Amino acid sequence: MGIALEVKQLTKTYNNGKKALEGVDLSVPEGSFFALLGPNGAGKSSLINILADTVKPSSGQVTFLGKDLFTERRWCKKQLGVVPQEIAFDPFFAPRDILKIMSGMFGVKPDMKWIDELLERLELSEHAKKNARQLSGGMRRRLLVAQALVHKPKVVILDEPTAGVDVELRKRLWGFMRELNAAGTTILLTTHYLEEAEELCDHVAIINQGKLLTSQSMKGLLDNVGSSSLVLEYPEERIVSTDIEQKLADFSPRSQGNKVTLCLKKTDGHTNFNDAYQAALATFGEATSVNIQDEDLEDVFLRITHENQT
Amino acid sequence: MNWYGCWTLYSRESRRFLNVKMQTIVAPALTAIMYLIVFRYAMGARSVPDLDVPYFEFLIPGLVMMAMMQNAFANTSSSIMVGKLMNMQIFLMMAPLSAFEVTLAFLGAAVTRAAIVAVVLLLVLVPFSDMHIEHVWMILFYGVCGSIIMGGMGMIGGMWSKTFDDMALLNNFIIMPLTFLSGVFYSVKQLPESWQAVNHFNPFFYLIDGFRHGFLNVGDTDPSQAVLIVSLATVTTMFACWQLWRTGWRLKD
Ligand SMILES: Nc1ncnc2c1ncn2[C@@H]1O[C@H](COP(=O)(O)OP(=O)(O)OP(=O)(O)O)[C@@H](O)[C@H]1O
Ligand SMILES: [Mg+2]
Repeated sequence: MGIALEVKQLTKTYNNGKKALEGVDLSVPEGSFFALLGPNGAGKSSLINILADTVKPSSGQVTFLGKDLFTERRWCKKQLGVVPQEIAFDPFFAPRDILKIMSGMFGVKPDMKWIDELLERLELSEHAKKNARQLSGGMRRRLLVAQALVHKPKVVILDEPTAGVDVELRKRLWGFMRELNAAGTTILLTTHYLEEAEELCDHVAIINQGKLLTSQSMKGLLDNVGSSSLVLEYPEERIVSTDIEQKLADFSPRSQGNKVTLCLKKTDGHTNFNDAYQAALATFGEATSVNIQDEDLEDVFLRITHENQT
Repeated sequence: MNWYGCWTLYSRESRRFLNVKMQTIVAPALTAIMYLIVFRYAMGARSVPDLDVPYFEFLIPGLVMMAMMQNAFANTSSSIMVGKLMNMQIFLMMAPLSAFEVTLAFLGAAVTRAAIVAVVLLLVLVPFSDMHIEHVWMILFYGVCGSIIMGGMGMIGGMWSKTFDDMALLNNFIIMPLTFLSGVFYSVKQLPESWQAVNHFNPFFYLIDGFRHGFLNVGDTDPSQAVLIVSLATVTTMFACWQLWRTGWRLKD
């Protein structure tokens, strides 16, 4: 399996001096379903917009399907479809015409069968002839997705494609993305719905403050870096003071009301459950319930982004 | 070259004004007719001093050229402005279209709109006079170059403007004065010497005068000099549009 996208030491400094990307390296395998995660302002859109050619890079290199993205733009653009984060639409035309125009601008004679299928799959058929101004926010976003797919790109990049799309449609949209991926399309997306990313994506990268924190397979991230935690419930509220925090530093304790959470570590296939439980018993007394929770993507995400902030 | 993409963008830009014919074609025709009626009765059968043509006939080519220029400007500038406000120009940037292709498509559509407006105005206005065409090449040359120059200025203005207010500023303080003071309503020979000299620095003056020359076979400028100046202005405008779009001036962060 080849590499669809290889980003090397990419930086972006905006005119106001804001450093949005500070030397990001990223490698997206061909055929992968790749999640690019990060808190607000991390630099995800800056990265995507540079790939889409709507923002100029400050320095760095990008290899796209084996070619230099910045010198062979025209060829690369034909293989790439991008859904921008910000809603944009042509107020003069109806969705079907917008799709025909978009296809034409990519130098591809509109394939009406494909356009109708896209409208159908993105549930826009009913609105195909309305002026784009009459569409709701979620419909406009789905139209953006259709626009990105109209020239049948090999690589699709989606910047929060499901923001503002309702639950049911979101599920179906993901179903469609999965089919495209199964048919060989490489998909890179950003989203703040971490459960969805966990369920769908096979690769994940986390960036924060313009820097890459981790990039690996989803399974690898959840298995290795990600561990499980011990959740203890008490009859009354428990507070983690700085004192306790120091004493239990190995377990990075957190409390929430009458719940205390201790992080467990895995060494040689064994978790340090016993140590954690003993320590908790000594510090907080008898618990009313004890549970072990596997860390999910959200926990890993929060842990990794917080570790790197301090 | 992505010819098909360029053609698609050209037809999009043309359909945009064809979809609103009332605003883009009927309205300019109506304005020109009103000017003509007003001047017809105000000036009567008087003729333009030194040129020996009825004032009324003198006015028609100037009005037509002015309408062409204004429409060419409006077509490109409004498209880019709306594109900016709707965040729509990103589709042009994401598509495999070079700056050259984008410029070609935008200017092509501007010329198309100007030509349609010109034909409509001539069909409406000429029956009131007994004008005829003297030099087809002049009419075509100045008509096309004038539309390209103004279409190009519209592109640059659209890229420069951050808001519709900026655009209005540009329109009211640069475009309108230059067009009104370019000899649509008077022959420069009617002006005092010093103003005649100033007029020769107004590029629009050559366009209007040359275009009129094609109909009336009289003019204030030396055609060979005017052709040179207008060609140069056309090429410069096109080059500026191409380069500005290529660098993403005021469009790309
Ligand atoms: N055009 C711009 N000019 C100046 N600064 C900008 C510009 N666009 C983004 N930034 C800044 O760059 C940083 C990264 O922004 P970016 O949009 O890439 O974040 P993001 O990861 O996409 O966030 P979100 O999840 O909110 O979409 C932010 O601090 C933002 O304020
Ligand atoms: Mg973003």
